Amino acid sequence: MTLLEVTDLNVTFHTADGAVRAVRGVSFGVEAGRTLGIVGESGSGKTVLTQTLLGLTPGADVSGQAVFEGTDLLGLDDNQLRAVRGARISVIFQDPLTSLHPLYRVGWQITEMIRAHDRSVSKREATERAVDLLRRVGIPRPEQRVNDYPHQFSGGMRQRAMIAMALSLSPQLIIADEPTTALDATVQAQIIDLLLHLQQDSGTALILITHDLGVVADIADDVMVMYAGRAAEKAPKRDIFYSPHHPYTKGLLESIPSSSAAGSRLRPIPGSPPSLINLPSGCKFHPRCGYVLDRCLTEEPGLRPVSQDGYHSSACWLPLQAAGLGKQAEELRAETVREGRGEAAAEVFDAEIAGAEGSVAG
Amino acid sequence: MSAADPTDDVLVRVDNLVKYFPVRSAGLIRRTVGQVQAVDDVSLTIPRGKTLGLVGETGSGKSTLARCVAGLIPVTSGRVTFNGRDITNLSRRAMRPVRREIQMIFQDPYSSLNPRRRVGAIIGDPFVIHKTATGAERKRQVQELMERVGLNPEHYNRFPAEFSGGQRQRIGVARALALRPQLIICDEPVSALDVSIQAQVLNLLSDLQQDYGLSYLFIAHDLEVVRHVSDSVAVMYLGRIGESGPEEAVYTSPRHPYTAALLSAAPAADPDAAASRQRIILTGDVPSPIDPPSGCRFHPRCPKAQPLCGEQEPPLEVKAGDVPTHLTACHFPVEAGENLATATAATGTAGGSELS
Repeated sequence: MTLLEVTDLNVTFHTADGAVRAVRGVSFGVEAGRTLGIVGESGSGKTVLTQTLLGLTPGADVSGQAVFEGTDLLGLDDNQLRAVRGARISVIFQDPLTSLHPLYRVGWQITEMIRAHDRSVSKREATERAVDLLRRVGIPRPEQRVNDYPHQFSGGMRQRAMIAMALSLSPQLIIADEPTTALDATVQAQIIDLLLHLQQDSGTALILITHDLGVVADIADDVMVMYAGRAAEKAPKRDIFYSPHHPYTKGLLESIPSSSAAGSRLRPIPGSPPSLINLPSGCKFHPRCGYVLDRCLTEEPGLRPVSQDGYHSSACWLPLQAAGLGKQAEELRAETVREGRGEAAAEVFDAEIAGAEGSVAG
Repeated sequence: MSAADPTDDVLVRVDNLVKYFPVRSAGLIRRTVGQVQAVDDVSLTIPRGKTLGLVGETGSGKSTLARCVAGLIPVTSGRVTFNGRDITNLSRRAMRPVRREIQMIFQDPYSSLNPRRRVGAIIGDPFVIHKTATGAERKRQVQELMERVGLNPEHYNRFPAEFSGGQRQRIGVARALALRPQLIICDEPVSALDVSIQAQVLNLLSDLQQDYGLSYLFIAHDLEVVRHVSDSVAVMYLGRIGESGPEEAVYTSPRHPYTAALLSAAPAADPDAAASRQRIILTGDVPSPIDPPSGCRFHPRCPKAQPLCGEQEPPLEVKAGDVPTHLTACHFPVEAGENLATATAATGTAGGSELS
């Protein structure tokens, strides 16, 4: 069952420098009980996308639809949204240091959330629930720790407290925005483990926003790769990692220093992501792409199904068979480039790619 | 690692380095009430032209160690030898010529460049300070450096804000390179960068090492990045080295349970590997370095801990079957094929222990 269906979402911010087109025509769905990983670099629009769903981007021009449990979130007013936020959809932010109020006790912050949505719960009941929640997320001696201030918690414990808060009203969907980025490796493993277990127990759907492909490989079911405000590729996890179609996805995977390639040279994506105020023509990835065709300079590709079942789709003009990291796919890509690259594309390629590796794009 | 190496191959030797920071009470009379034992009895060597990777979590003391090596902060005790010369706690004046040889690249390319100064002036600063080039000659050299690190020399007069994160990190690299140092200390040089840009900077660093015979002390929390760039690796935990040795040995057959846990915790971008891997989930957080645990500092979180571990500090030594440069500080080192994941399964998800 589709819990959340987002269709053709556009978000534009108007700034003194011009219109920032943060999200452009993104569509995706989240099924109940599943985890969608949204991957992208800084400025790819992944955070703006989810914040817009919850009405957290005031002042932005928003169009499109986001149907959650039968209602369009984008059409709700502030009061209606407030009833959804926290209760039906909750958020875990990246930085547990700044997302807890330093002057209030951790327990108070959880009970406030419970009582804000349901005044009939007594303070005492709410505190009992807070203690239960802290125990569920693995805080030792929760009866005492519930009275601690955030500074008495370590980074990992604060993130656990944030997760307790996100769980407090048994939401249908949790949006975790870089939940482990600020944490150390061993603590990150604890939190990922916790999220996995909680999700298995409660059947909550999860949207996990991250730049870390390793975290996605661990816990996502489906993956959406974003680039310059648009979905570049969408697929079940294994397809993204083992037969990527979009050159950006492929580039991301290849630029990770993995154990197999220790000591050898890395293959970075040249250049840097474009400014969202001044986007390139055609496919927004073309200035950094190693497989530019003439068509890429003028026409922006939309998502096209790559696999027959339609679950794997990619926004790239390369032939649909050219998915994968193997030799065959590479030959097909090379052949397409030979046929489809006229003078215009060759010129872009020479200027941007073949020059100094990854130098001056701006 | 320390005793076996012949001295001529060694650029930097650190012997029994200790760095404590006093903890003072509040109020007018700020009495010392404790010590943060940031680095406690650490010895290591950096061979000429090679890279030593330093791995550890927040508070493990890796950045403090780097600052001691660079002579940026005085050490409490121990010795730092550079090129055969003792450079521990030198006066500012005596340190100055040494600083030409030891440069740093910092983590945050946004805050480590002065936003009000032009890029040419930032990169040219080392020439001004050490009076090695002036006027047109300085400009020529700066532009040469910019070209070398992949920046457009025509952008000499631009401000840092006009560059992207990866380009700013290149500016930091150019500045560090200006005086042709022998050692560059890279403190989390790519952690603030996006994945696609990170690889560009790592490639640049490895090119420069080959061209100029540079030695790197490379600090990062990303184990794959450290593995990629390092010849040898040292793993720090709470101010001590838990394990050190050649990159291959430490990564493929870790002997310290902490190293094994770190390696298993790092998520690999490979769903099949992630599904089949035995992940060791440590309980709790890193304890406070003000009051570190007795004996082995890792024992409260260690899946293999025995009563002995709480009583006696294990020495950093070669374990049976390891190469002579592979050192481990553990009473009960991990054996090949041993599964630590099951040892922690009982307490796996109920982690989060006390802060001391």
